[in-house]
Amino acid sequence: MIVQARQLGKQVASPTGTLTILADIDLIITAGESVAIIGVSGSGKSTLLGLLAGLDLPSAGEVHLAGAALNALDEDGRAAVRARRVGFVFQSFQLLPGLTALENVMLPLELARIDQAAEQAGARLAEVGLAERLHHYPRQLSGGEQQRVAIARAFACRPQILFADEPTGNLDQQTGAQIIELLFRLNREHATTLVLVTHDPAIASHCDRCLTLTAGHITGEKRRDIG
Amino acid sequence: MTLVNAAFTALRRDWRAGELRLIALATVLAVAALASVGLFTDRVRRAIEVQATELLAADLVLESTNPITEELLQRARKSGLDHTRNVNFRSMALSGERLELSEVKAVEMGYPLRGQMRTSIELFGAEQVATTIPERGTAWVDSRLLQALGISVGAMLKLGDFELRVDRIITYEPDRGGELFNIAPRLLINLGDLDATGLIAPGSRADFRLLLGGNPEAIAAFRKKVEANKNERLKVQGIRDARPELRRALERAEQFLGLAVIVAIALCGLAIAMASRRFALRHYDTCAVLRCLGANQQYLTGLFTLQMLMLALLFSAVGAALGFAGQTGLASLLQGMTSRVLPAPTFWPLLSAVLAGVVAVMGFSLPQLWRLRAVSPLRVLRRDLEPAPVGSHIVFVAAVITLALLTPWQSGNLKMTLNVFMGMLGTAAVLAAGALVGIRLCTRLRRGTGIAWRHGLANVARRADGSVAQILAIGLGVTALLLLTLVRSDLLESWQDRLAPGTPNYFLINIQSDEVAGLEKFLNERAAVTTELYPMVRARLTQLNGKAVNPDDYQDARAQRLAAREFNLSWSSKIQDDNEIIQGDWWDEQATDKVFFSVEEGIGDSLGLNMNDALTYSVAGREFTGTVRSIRSVDWDTFNVNFFVIANPGALEGLPATWITSFYLPKERRHLLVEIVRGFPSATIIDVAALIEQVRAIMEQVSRTVEFVFGFTLLAGVLVLFATLQNTHDERRLEAAVMRSLGADRGAILKSLAAEFLALGLIAGLLAALGATAISWLLARFVFELPFTLNLLLWLWGPLSCTLVVVVTGIAGTRHVLDVPPMVVLRSA
Repeated sequence: MIVQARQLGKQVASPTGTLTILADIDLIITAGESVAIIGVSGSGKSTLLGLLAGLDLPSAGEVHLAGAALNALDEDGRAAVRARRVGFVFQSFQLLPGLTALENVMLPLELARIDQAAEQAGARLAEVGLAERLHHYPRQLSGGEQQRVAIARAFACRPQILFADEPTGNLDQQTGAQIIELLFRLNREHATTLVLVTHDPAIASHCDRCLTLTAGHITGEKRRDIG
Repeated sequence: MTLVNAAFTALRRDWRAGELRLIALATVLAVAALASVGLFTDRVRRAIEVQATELLAADLVLESTNPITEELLQRARKSGLDHTRNVNFRSMALSGERLELSEVKAVEMGYPLRGQMRTSIELFGAEQVATTIPERGTAWVDSRLLQALGISVGAMLKLGDFELRVDRIITYEPDRGGELFNIAPRLLINLGDLDATGLIAPGSRADFRLLLGGNPEAIAAFRKKVEANKNERLKVQGIRDARPELRRALERAEQFLGLAVIVAIALCGLAIAMASRRFALRHYDTCAVLRCLGANQQYLTGLFTLQMLMLALLFSAVGAALGFAGQTGLASLLQGMTSRVLPAPTFWPLLSAVLAGVVAVMGFSLPQLWRLRAVSPLRVLRRDLEPAPVGSHIVFVAAVITLALLTPWQSGNLKMTLNVFMGMLGTAAVLAAGALVGIRLCTRLRRGTGIAWRHGLANVARRADGSVAQILAIGLGVTALLLLTLVRSDLLESWQDRLAPGTPNYFLINIQSDEVAGLEKFLNERAAVTTELYPMVRARLTQLNGKAVNPDDYQDARAQRLAAREFNLSWSSKIQDDNEIIQGDWWDEQATDKVFFSVEEGIGDSLGLNMNDALTYSVAGREFTGTVRSIRSVDWDTFNVNFFVIANPGALEGLPATWITSFYLPKERRHLLVEIVRGFPSATIIDVAALIEQVRAIMEQVSRTVEFVFGFTLLAGVLVLFATLQNTHDERRLEAAVMRSLGADRGAILKSLAAEFLALGLIAGLLAALGATAISWLLARFVFELPFTLNLLLWLWGPLSCTLVVVVTGIAGTRHVLDVPPMVVLRSA
């Protein structure tokens, strides 16, 4: 068990009163598993991902991530958990525009104080097929290439768990398929737990398990048949 | 809904959404700065002019060789001007067997209109400010006259047919300075006694003066009328015709204040431009929706123009009110430092600041908002569709035009405006170029640094436009402040230093040739003074290149005066230290058979004297002619004895000459003056310490004002820093969120922010030190004409303090990017 959520809920204030985004989420994800969270727009899937990854705090319930009770930690404490154990892939890549591809991948390695950050970052970029693009800036790369850099960055610290939020949302279908292929290949090679948010059932079908979220509640769970 | 209503509604909505706060703040600050500077400088300028008027004892003096006509008096009365007449002439004062030539001034009640007369009741005794004029039948006199006549206060003396009792000793007479070298001791009487003396009959040689005082507009109008009417043969003297050193001090003051105001305007404009850029960026979506709903480009342009106009008016008014409060506090601060009461503030600078604020807001914001009209309605479908950015040249040209509109308005001087403007553009260009070089260097340096430095330096380089703007703004602000420090501490002190130890505070005139050796010995041995004695011959220029010189041939009042009067010629074998030959050469000592002249450039210009002109002078009925062999520049600031025209030794031989010298005598040795009066009875002492003190007080006031005014430029610079931080706020929030999702803690993010601002501050500080040094060199060389010394300390604490300010304000302005949970930021991106 690497992620556990108990009675998780999230409410936000809105002009018309309190708005419930998530309620009563109970969830266990075991190490090495790949889990897709699927749902329509506004169903709360990205919010759930953020809570599981400790990027935000729940209004109710608790989350344990890689053995740490996130509720008990402050923001810096949660950052320390993320630094070594968690990787992220975002829909809009979220590369730092001022840094080169290599420097972007070095960032988590340095934050985790891992030695030889440059060499390791170079190796990760080679794995995603960008060995020739080390010193390019994000604006000099295509969308697919930027997402590859983001994937290289996500795997840089060899995290135990990877959170991916609509990783192909900003890409065309062909590039998206390549990125998904790459993501799952690396996931297998590094034996990482994967939590993936998507609205695309085809992408979700690559995962071991698929949770359906409707209006803030888990309304369905499907396991892939392992033949 | 009309456009005005729509604009007002939009203004309210945008205000509520917090979109306009920065523009509003920039406007308030800009106008507050403009208003307080405008009001304050207006008051100080008028205070300085009031001080200057003391040298005239009036705002305007009309001088005639004929009595002031009743008609002129009535015109002055009708113009609402204060006025008082006086009559000046020379006459012998008698007491028993002794007689002495005196400079008589018969004054009317009201004299002096400006400044104060000070008197004492015993020789070198305590001074009192005179609130009235001599009563009928009494006289106030110079101590020299008492000494010469061998009488004391209370004694009677005879002037013409009339007997007067000496009532007081004059210690300070405001309008005495103008004719420093030509005066016999003063004898001040009541104008009502003048007829009784029987000295003034038709044709008598006397100066009849009308002193006028009033508001500057009325004075200027009156002056214009008088000058237009040439038949009246009036000599007109205004504040600016007074002593050259004072005139120059005034001009410098105006230049400085103008410079400071302009720099402040430019920086505030930059802040407004940046804030409007952000405003425009954040209104793309609104505009796209409005276009979708059928709004045309004209509507959008009108909407935003009106909105900005309303904002500008509203917050300019707020700024003006703040500025008024600010200048009141500042004026009271200044009053604590000087005894002078500032004239009351006038309404015009406030109105002017509000108008300038509106012009500044429109000029700097509209080019940025212009692109909103170009937002494609298609953006509602494709958010990445952005209008083409406004060309930087358009923004630049608009800014230049706006500044060009505002600058002469604030400084009131076109030539200076151009100079300052070019200087500022040049400084800005150099700073921008330097900033780019510095930013490039950051890119190089970041390889091989730690994560915080790499990220911080990368941000400096990536946001190059913003970084250049920040460096430019802070750099200009700090340049202005450093410059002030340099000018205050180095240049002004160097001017004062030159005055302080060696500046003569006494002049000795009317020294007879047979007294020269003895006096020199006395000064050397008793007073420990080393000084030179210069011969002096009173002469009148009668012919120029064989043609008679007629005062009416000259347009200029000063030239007319110079052509009409006798002035002092001297001779010398060597040139004085504070003189410089700018044309021709000095004579060698052997060539005594010919007559040569060396002419001071100012008088040469006034009278139209050129190299090799033949000048004919009349001295005591004898005429002699010589050629102009050189033109000299003279440093009049030194208070050394100087002459407009100098001849070669021997040329003036045999002519009646007296000698003159100037020297510095400390207070504790003032008693020696009495010995000089006894030992050298014909010599006359003139105390110029008071005059020097006046000039020094003006300089002191000026430098304090400038210090205050330049404080605003730094504030404006900090405002620009905030504006750029605001513009990058969203990016920074996102970056902080990404870094935190990757596991960075607060410390790491704060360190990278610190690295970024450290680099910015250091570059700005170094450039500011460079800029301030370069400008102060230019000022020293061309404006102050003082030697330049490199201030190395400035290069240490300039960049250091600049870096500190930028790091502290930078982190204070950005640390709240850490306050939002990373998920909130990442989801909204």
